[in-house]
Amino acid sequence: MATEVRLIQMAEPLSPPRLLPSGDAAITVEFSRTIDDAANRRVLALDRLIAAEPIAGITETVPTYRSLLVHYDPVQINFDALGEQILARAAKALPSETGTRRWRIPVTYGGEHGIDLEDVAKTLNTTPDEIVARHVAGDYRVAMIGFTPGWSYLSGLQTFLHMPRRKDPRLLTPAGTISIGGIQTGVQCLAGPSGWHLLGRTPVRTYQLHRDPTFLLEPGDAITFTAIDAKTFAEQDRAAEAGAFVAELVTP
Amino acid sequence: MSKLVVTSIGPASSVQDGGRPGSQRYGLVPSGAMDRLSLAAANTLVGNDLFAAAVEIGPFGASFTARGGAVRVGLAGASRNADIGGRPIAFDSSATLVEGETLNLGFARDGSFSYLAIEHGIEGEPMFGSLAVNARAGLGSPYPRPLQSGDELKTQAASSAAERRIELPVPADAPIRIVFGPQDDEFAEDNKKLFIDSEWKISATSDRMGYRLEGPVIRHLDGHNIVSDGTVTGSIQVPGNGQPIVLMPDRGTSGGYPKIATVITADFGRFAQISAGRPFRFKAVTMAEAQAEAIKFHALLHSLPDRLRGIEDLGLNIEALRDANVAGQAVSAVDVTTWQVAVP
Repeated sequence: MATEVRLIQMAEPLSPPRLLPSGDAAITVEFSRTIDDAANRRVLALDRLIAAEPIAGITETVPTYRSLLVHYDPVQINFDALGEQILARAAKALPSETGTRRWRIPVTYGGEHGIDLEDVAKTLNTTPDEIVARHVAGDYRVAMIGFTPGWSYLSGLQTFLHMPRRKDPRLLTPAGTISIGGIQTGVQCLAGPSGWHLLGRTPVRTYQLHRDPTFLLEPGDAITFTAIDAKTFAEQDRAAEAGAFVAELVTP
Repeated sequence: MSKLVVTSIGPASSVQDGGRPGSQRYGLVPSGAMDRLSLAAANTLVGNDLFAAAVEIGPFGASFTARGGAVRVGLAGASRNADIGGRPIAFDSSATLVEGETLNLGFARDGSFSYLAIEHGIEGEPMFGSLAVNARAGLGSPYPRPLQSGDELKTQAASSAAERRIELPVPADAPIRIVFGPQDDEFAEDNKKLFIDSEWKISATSDRMGYRLEGPVIRHLDGHNIVSDGTVTGSIQVPGNGQPIVLMPDRGTSGGYPKIATVITADFGRFAQISAGRPFRFKAVTMAEAQAEAIKFHALLHSLPDRLRGIEDLGLNIEALRDANVAGQAVSAVDVTTWQVAVP
């Protein structure tokens, strides 16, 4: 069986991921069942390696926290043949931090832009300023982009800010919302439903039509936040609407 | 320049095509037609590419008026009463509206979605290579939203080509085939069996994002929260209330509920056409069977141009229908709205 393929890379062997069928035209390549930073790095490494060494029949790949979803055309390649090639690449796809882009994203916290900030502070027995200070101090990475265009799920939220999601998800939360939920934080692009706690808003559009690039962030990008006041938010929001990134590319 | 003006239309009707795959890694779902075979058949009738943009019409009636010149259309998918200015029109065939004429379509009779393709296609600005409407993402052209009365679909004047009909295989009234996974190990064997052995109905609250199923409660082994991972069109996820949701072409690209199974590619369009409230069943197949069916489905799509027939051949089919009537089928050979039902 293909799942037994194991290649030795340098000193330590990489354990093979599980190949899970997602219908007849996609494979879920699962590295972990939980949110696990090491697994996410392997997901992104496999994604990069498949981009560098393409496999005929793959139509697109979708990195998520713990697995890489590989869409393919079953007319061109079948599950077993593709699975073998994916496992061979997974065995040599080593996580690497070289070439990581780092973005600084402006956020206005609290008030009408972050209606849950005070409640989050109360629940965690501290002040809104302390919540903002801790959120801004974080060093985050885009673990995946999903659900709706540009919705970026970030890993790296400090333990102090871990909080269960709301019992009653909101049906509509504003575009640009910066929120926390569980052990994650996120940058939401479009207005939409959410069960997370809303800390603030960014003028940055992670997805904007007719802008080059349409999608600003890539899975694997590093993110830090910087606090701005509501007046700056209004100014930057207008600039972003006109096509400015507003987010600052710190490296490379 | 000719155009088709939407004179009346119900909800769940929008311009759709083959969709926009390739950006799911950024959270952008492909969208596209609910029933790709019917989209491709409608397009084939008017000489368009298989997955060109067409009007996907929801279960309610609709009417369209030609302005600025003649417009040729191809109709496929869920059949309905149809006429152009009182002249009955058959489904799975093309027809031409002259300037000022109106095409009237009744309620869907044997499914949910019909496809109206326009010869020379619908003019619009492709976004990520597609005109398909994805209202949540603000995408779609000529309108980034479902169609409304007064909307105009611009095209070129109808050619002088002869009208056509297309012979399609009769959809099997068989169970919807699935392959288990990716998270079927989150369910005990008796619950997987319950899923396969039970009769299901599609809830009326379903839409292009997801079809909610009504039936027995499917229980998880340990909780309904998993870490979000990628979805596909046809993923069957089971939320906390145990009532599965089948993800449709406007689904979220990721989801955090365990996915017990996935509808196979070859059966997805047939599944999408099942009317709300009508009972149906699932059947589990192996990956090898599912992939063999996907290859057959691909061949069927590409055989569509060979399945075109002249309208003049109709006489033979009426003979066939008379025979069918003798055999006891409740089909009228003179009612063009039902003649195709008995023709394989």
